[in-house]
Amino acid sequence: MYALISLVKIVIALVLLLTAVAYSVWLERKVVGHIQNRWGPTRVGPFGLLQPLADGAKFLFKEDLTPPYVYKPLYIAAPMISVIFALTSIAVIPIGNSITVGGIRTPLQIADVNIGLLIVLGITSMGVYGIALAGWSSNSKYSLLGSLRASAQMVSYEIALGLSLIGVLIMSGSFSLREIVDAQGGTFWGFIPRWNIFQGQFVAFFIYLMAAFAETNRIPFDLPEAETELVAGYHTEYSAMKFAMFFMAEYANMITVACLASLLFLGGWHGPLFGPAWLQELLPIAWFALRIFGFLFLYIWIRGTLPRFRYDQLMSFGWKFLFPLAIANLVITALIVALKA
Amino acid sequence: MLHLSIFLFFGAICAAGAVNLLVQRHPINSALSLIAVMVSLAVEYLLLGAEFVAAVQVIIYAGAIMVLFVFVIMLLNAGVEERIEGSRVAMILGIPGMLVGSALVAWVLLERSGTSSVAVGSLPGYPKEIAGLLFHDFLLPFEVTSVLVLIAIMGAVVLASHPDSETQQKKES
Repeated sequence: MYALISLVKIVIALVLLLTAVAYSVWLERKVVGHIQNRWGPTRVGPFGLLQPLADGAKFLFKEDLTPPYVYKPLYIAAPMISVIFALTSIAVIPIGNSITVGGIRTPLQIADVNIGLLIVLGITSMGVYGIALAGWSSNSKYSLLGSLRASAQMVSYEIALGLSLIGVLIMSGSFSLREIVDAQGGTFWGFIPRWNIFQGQFVAFFIYLMAAFAETNRIPFDLPEAETELVAGYHTEYSAMKFAMFFMAEYANMITVACLASLLFLGGWHGPLFGPAWLQELLPIAWFALRIFGFLFLYIWIRGTLPRFRYDQLMSFGWKFLFPLAIANLVITALIVALKA
Repeated sequence: MLHLSIFLFFGAICAAGAVNLLVQRHPINSALSLIAVMVSLAVEYLLLGAEFVAAVQVIIYAGAIMVLFVFVIMLLNAGVEERIEGSRVAMILGIPGMLVGSALVAWVLLERSGTSSVAVGSLPGYPKEIAGLLFHDFLLPFEVTSVLVLIAIMGAVVLASHPDSETQQKKES
């Protein structure tokens, strides 16, 4: 019975994640289109809503070209590594409180482990191998430059990212994502929600936001792709479904990062509950989805607004600004928590 | 039983990765086998119940240190290594010596010292227990190690910065 429930949850989580990936691509094209005073996809289905399906079919039927002189085992393995690690991290992320279906009460999470946050960080830190190996095995100077940039950037910003999370960990005293969210329930003076971002972790949220943009290689930190100088960066030599795998990995990582941001800083699934019992069961999921949508919209908004960093600016921003700021935030948070205790 | 068979399976992967690391001729394949060794070690820790150590093993070793290894191999564009004629004495004496040495270590650990085998899932796994050990019972060794690491970092910075090239740059600018 337990195994069956887990299996059902795994299938549901994967379907949800892949659908979210497909439709965040649609959302991105649509929103960026409107920012640039165009329509975005309109042809396939109402509002272009079937565009992701058409894209998927196109990727499947395109010629899968393997350039000569690539190092084949790694060239084939790299997109798989990317997409596997991007999809695995959803296993420990809760998308809501527990739910009762047919008399069985089950948490909305594939595995509730007491070090959930560390597992997400570990899995996402392995994702860099996909990008690094893709660039190296392609045997092309653009790809190699792209993947060198990606590895340097991801290792650098991982430090700021990790340090920004420690403040939240000190305040909640747990690595379990569920316990971190539970600690953020309730309100101050009846109207300000007790989210970590309102408990003095605003600076940490800012650092997390910046580092998360860099970790997922999004504009303004998309130096590894930088189409104006590196053609397409680390995936220059990839086509068809192999390219689509990198694409899926990038968007799945965006969604993971958005989930973490809402769980750690924005109160997870907490929100006003009202209406009949079935609605009260489902509302937390809706609140959580709303936060993720907002975060993705922010991603796209920034993509449509900001230009790309120069490489030295990127490195000095990470090491000379975000890193000291994260340490200062950590020290101050630790001091306040120690004085209160 | 299932736990034990998974444990043995990943132990085998770990050993195979270590052998593959030595046998492979291309540095990037060796680095990848080392990653496989580290990840399977992390799985072993996880199966023994040391969840925190397992996660840290993946984050630090597989996710950070090995990324730098791979990064350097890519940066130097290291190619296939030439196989030089190794000394025959090393082959004849080395492999049996290594086998005898590891058998000796295993025998001492199993028979002679007070260590007993650890049941699957019984190591201290919760972060709170680890924190108690690190910051209470073993505080002094922990702090001494931190100072040692700090000295190593500063040494690396000193070695990496060439004072000559810096003064040259200042003259040019």
